[in-house]
Amino acid sequence: MSSAANTNHPLSFRDVQRGQALQARLRQVVAAVRRPLTVMHVCGSHEQVIARYGMRESFPADLHVQMGPGCPVCVTDAPDIDAVIALADAGVHVLTYGDMLAVPGSAESLSDARTRGAHVDVIYAATQALTIARSHQDPVVFFATGFETTAVATAAILLQDPPPNLFVYSAHKWVPAAMEIVARLPGSPIEGFLAAGHAATITGSAIFESFVDTYRRPVVVAGFEPLDVLSGLICLVECIRDSRCEVVNAYPRCVTRPGNQRALAVLHRVFQMGDGPWRGIAQIPGGELELRAEFAQHDARRRFATLLATAARRTHKPPSDTCRCGAIMTGMAQPTDCVHFGQTCRPESPIGACMVSSEGPCRIWFESGAPHRAKAAESRS
Amino acid sequence: MCLGAPGQVVDVAGTRARVDFFGVQREVSLDLVDEPVSVGDYVLVHVGFAIRRIPSDEIDQTLDFFAKLSRDADQHEAGPPHPTPADASRT
Ligand code: SF4
Repeated sequence: MSSAANTNHPLSFRDVQRGQALQARLRQVVAAVRRPLTVMHVCGSHEQVIARYGMRESFPADLHVQMGPGCPVCVTDAPDIDAVIALADAGVHVLTYGDMLAVPGSAESLSDARTRGAHVDVIYAATQALTIARSHQDPVVFFATGFETTAVATAAILLQDPPPNLFVYSAHKWVPAAMEIVARLPGSPIEGFLAAGHAATITGSAIFESFVDTYRRPVVVAGFEPLDVLSGLICLVECIRDSRCEVVNAYPRCVTRPGNQRALAVLHRVFQMGDGPWRGIAQIPGGELELRAEFAQHDARRRFATLLATAARRTHKPPSDTCRCGAIMTGMAQPTDCVHFGQTCRPESPIGACMVSSEGPCRIWFESGAPHRAKAAESRS
Repeated sequence: MCLGAPGQVVDVAGTRARVDFFGVQREVSLDLVDEPVSVGDYVLVHVGFAIRRIPSDEIDQTLDFFAKLSRDADQHEAGPPHPTPADASRT
């Protein structure tokens, strides 16, 4: 780990000496496998840590760590963004998490709509949606995006006696369903998965047990400090080395086997699993969290169904078929395999969502610079 | 939006807490956390909700876990060649 900040805060697992010891251990276990191996992490935050601390260069050459479908911004489907833009254009007050603002839909982003004068506000906590709706009479739509960790927050506000003018446009996704899609891809090189520790804080590590049995790939739940990522990778490579298909919890300070039952109960009370589109990847059975019928009076998709249907007919265009976000997020390609990468597609002029989000693989690779690209090119040759 | 932040509880009032995130304080909901939370506890927070009380002994356990991983015996390293991906059972 180069230049890792070494702080004494008890929650910052960034100690340089420990990091070096773990790096040495990772080299050792990878060497013991005696062949190249490919694993996938399923969380944009893992990629951020890997990039921020320059960890990718220090990984052993035989260990390929692929990015999976773990960026919630990247997998939010363009027609959903179009739909929320249509609501904003129709005069509805739209609330969104900040990282969705610049993501292009079929034609434009929520930020473009805001520049045109639409009422779009950024919130950082789900409870702000409640506060804002309570202080107004007019309809307020919360564009609810993200995985399990943000979905529980959306569910919680819907159980807090929300005012009748608060509507949720749910584009929440359920990650385990996407891991199955990746594991089922013919020719997938992925031998094991590093699962997102925060989603697993909610769902528990047990959720991966049937996945491991079905797809015969180990899953290691890992946290988000550099030392967590290193130790997660060590556990994963050890599983591969020993042909152990099991779930390992390498983030025990946050993740338990049953998970946060209280939060899960809230999630399941409000949402049910449905089939939903993951941008660039596929329509994923069980991959979308839909509001249950009981919450229909707060469901923006139902309340504004007519408006949304009209808008969908008007604006939906097929997404650019040259953007390779989908292949990148399923482990079949690297950002550097895309002809647009760093050329026509850059953070200031993104073509795909993967270049917009701070958790997007293309954006992270672009911003973390040439060494990674060079290494990727080298490893492919 | 996916970023969870650990912080330390500085004040609790009913189901709300003030949490210090490395110097920045924010109000957080305790509606989703599955254990009682008190001042001084560490919590993991996502979009305004605490989702986990991080017991301090588990912070020590994590450090022990890292130490154990780095120390782990190398008994496997001298074993037979590892199966190639083609040998591994796949569905
Ligand atoms: S570089 Fe741009 S166009 Fe290419 S895959 Fe990434 S986001 Fe899509």
